[in-house]
Amino acid sequence: MLYREAGQYKTTYAADMAIFPLREDRIGLALVIAFAYLLAFIGNGFLLQAVLIPFLVFSLAAMGLNILTGYAGLLSLGTGAFMGVGAYACYKLTSAFPNVNVIIWILASGFFSAAAGVLFGLPSLRIKGFYLAVATLAAQFFLQWCFIRVPWLVNYNASGALESPLRTLFGVPIMGATATPQTRYLVVLTLVIALTWIASNLVHGRIGRMWMAVRDMDIAAELIGIRLLRTKLLAFAVSSYYCGVAGALLVFLWYGGAEYDVFDINQSFIILFMVIIGGLGSLIGSFFGAALIFIMPIVLGIVVPAVLSPFGLRIGADVIEHLRFMLVGVLIIAFLIAEPHGLARLWQIAKQKLRVWPFPY
Amino acid sequence: MSFRNIAMGVAVAALVGTTALPAVAQDSVYVPLFTYRTGPFAGSGIHIADGMHDYLRMLNERDGGIGGVKLVIEECETGYDTKKGVECYESVKGKNPVMVNPWSTGITLPLIPRAAVDKIPILSMAYGLSASARGDIFPWVFNPPDTYWDGASIILKYIAQKEGGIEKLKGKKIGYIHLDASFGKEPIPLLEQLSKDLGFELKMYPVGAQDMQNQSSQWLSVRRDRPDYMVLYGWGALNSTAIKEAVRVGYPMDKFISIWWPGEDDARGAGEGAKGFKTLNWHATGTNFPALQDVIKHVVDKGLSKASKEKVGEVLYNRGIYNSMLIAEGIRNAQKLTGKKVVTGEDVRRGLETINLDPARLKELGLEGFTSPIALSCTDHNGHRAAFVQEWDGAKWVKVTDPIEPMTDRVKGQLDAAATDYAEKNTGWPKRTEPCDKQS
Repeated sequence: MLYREAGQYKTTYAADMAIFPLREDRIGLALVIAFAYLLAFIGNGFLLQAVLIPFLVFSLAAMGLNILTGYAGLLSLGTGAFMGVGAYACYKLTSAFPNVNVIIWILASGFFSAAAGVLFGLPSLRIKGFYLAVATLAAQFFLQWCFIRVPWLVNYNASGALESPLRTLFGVPIMGATATPQTRYLVVLTLVIALTWIASNLVHGRIGRMWMAVRDMDIAAELIGIRLLRTKLLAFAVSSYYCGVAGALLVFLWYGGAEYDVFDINQSFIILFMVIIGGLGSLIGSFFGAALIFIMPIVLGIVVPAVLSPFGLRIGADVIEHLRFMLVGVLIIAFLIAEPHGLARLWQIAKQKLRVWPFPY
Repeated sequence: MSFRNIAMGVAVAALVGTTALPAVAQDSVYVPLFTYRTGPFAGSGIHIADGMHDYLRMLNERDGGIGGVKLVIEECETGYDTKKGVECYESVKGKNPVMVNPWSTGITLPLIPRAAVDKIPILSMAYGLSASARGDIFPWVFNPPDTYWDGASIILKYIAQKEGGIEKLKGKKIGYIHLDASFGKEPIPLLEQLSKDLGFELKMYPVGAQDMQNQSSQWLSVRRDRPDYMVLYGWGALNSTAIKEAVRVGYPMDKFISIWWPGEDDARGAGEGAKGFKTLNWHATGTNFPALQDVIKHVVDKGLSKASKEKVGEVLYNRGIYNSMLIAEGIRNAQKLTGKKVVTGEDVRRGLETINLDPARLKELGLEGFTSPIALSCTDHNGHRAAFVQEWDGAKWVKVTDPIEPMTDRVKGQLDAAATDYAEKNTGWPKRTEPCDKQS
């Protein structure tokens, strides 16, 4: 009723090719973004710092992996390490050049992880699927080894940890202990929106089509004139760039200090699960996946005791933790049975139903 | 899945999302405990968590809290995971906690700069950043009674004692097997310095957190290198595995000395061969203290504890008791200093700074002889107390030395350098503005 295209005429090719052809979609998106900014002013510290900032950071990392795995069809288990490269690069850059705005360094640190991604993406021309996953696993272990063993990366800090120095934007601290969750959130949100916009343009344009052609059948893609090496390496570079920026945001705007073990193989798996559950080859799916995997356990941790306490059942933090594990596992299986193509596909179906609502045929 | 189901799901989720957290009652003091009863470090974490919880619970049951104010004790499960620890911190921050006990060096590090901003003191008892012992630079962080550097120097002193003098260390080969994270890396600069100064050879065997339970390669190297002594800095499954592997490769147990973290379960798992294994400690084991008897009477026997009775008095359980004793003393001092009953994090920071547990005070607490006296001050947030060596006899820990003082002369320079270095690297590190209180 509210959500349909009747009466919206497309008079130009550009309008026909728009990413959001429906006016309702555009309004909805604007509302979501406006609400996201509004949350910075109405949300409390816990919501911003422990829920929304990590959610955005994970969404960005999942988007990065989605470009590689969902769009270009290249499986990678090195996401955690590529995030780490971004974080360590940002730390080195901002401690070497403290006067340059840190936002520039966060964005620049992505290029370092892009370079690492290209290097470890080289085998992708010869190997595919599970074999490529093993090759990227090597990247994960090698880079993690570097994070532990190269003290230069942490400026010879005795504890081997990354620390987040004080950095400001327009005189307001955005990094370091004095930065409020609000300013951190605004910075992360703005960066994530900008990078999502760029990613959206990439995947809907010529480059994205090249990736998808390679994903669907690389021999056919080669025959129609797509250069495989360049295309695959570009996918690695762009994907690692996003992961790198996400890693820098993770350490400096979320944790505010971290050790190497943040970027371990588990991190890679978690991001991969986000991509698979959210939906391969879908940008919005990256957000859905991050929400399901990251926010759901937090919500369960609040809801389970709240539901049980009226019945006089007081359960310990450890039981909640076990329940969280079990419930998240069950929900993931349930979602995958209900819709193997991920949450993004569910979202599509919902939109389709909404179009004909309330008179389905 | 029909659209209606999705809509229902969204509605339920929205409803659930708005459920507020239960507020903390006014006339109480909120003490969050970051614990881990799950994950690879749970083997150590459970006993610590039980000890911390039970002592505070005992104060609630026996005395009605501290100074007539009930303690609200809430555990937050971290799984020894930095991510979850930071989440826990954010979730307790809004409820006016009087302090946080991160129980993980990895969680402590990101919290250190926030403590001064959020006005929540950090009690990282004998872990965390060694340099935070300097109260003038880290007014909000406390790490009594020893730093990891003190621990390393005490172990070396003990080895020197056994060899018959500090100069006998020359030419000796000392192996250092450690968790390859900030915790295990902390003492490395000191050990390296001392190896230069004292002339012993240092061999490192780092164990990554992911292969804690598979140390065969490290112990193969140990067998090849044949170090005269082995020093262990481990936690969780690392300790039990290291002891087992040491037994398996036949490393002489009496030359295997650990920092204060292995518990009974770690040694017991290695069987008979673990006899003679040594660790540092600074408090007693067993339940032969009035306060511990009260814990058993008021908490454990009433079924209010998660610990079974035979675990009470084990070394890690008592470590938790020691931690909670400091928490309680900090709150009590804060009440005395401010005259308020319901104290805040700022008050408890002052309370912790004026901790003075002399023998008389320990006796009052029902912990006479439980530990050696300790006093903190505005400049010294650690105490750098002496620790003794205890040996595993196959069933329990037996104290085998008198308390050994750390090599303060050698450690202090390093500590000061590290502290000033930290403040320098973190541009904008605040100067201490908190005034100093007199000892209470």
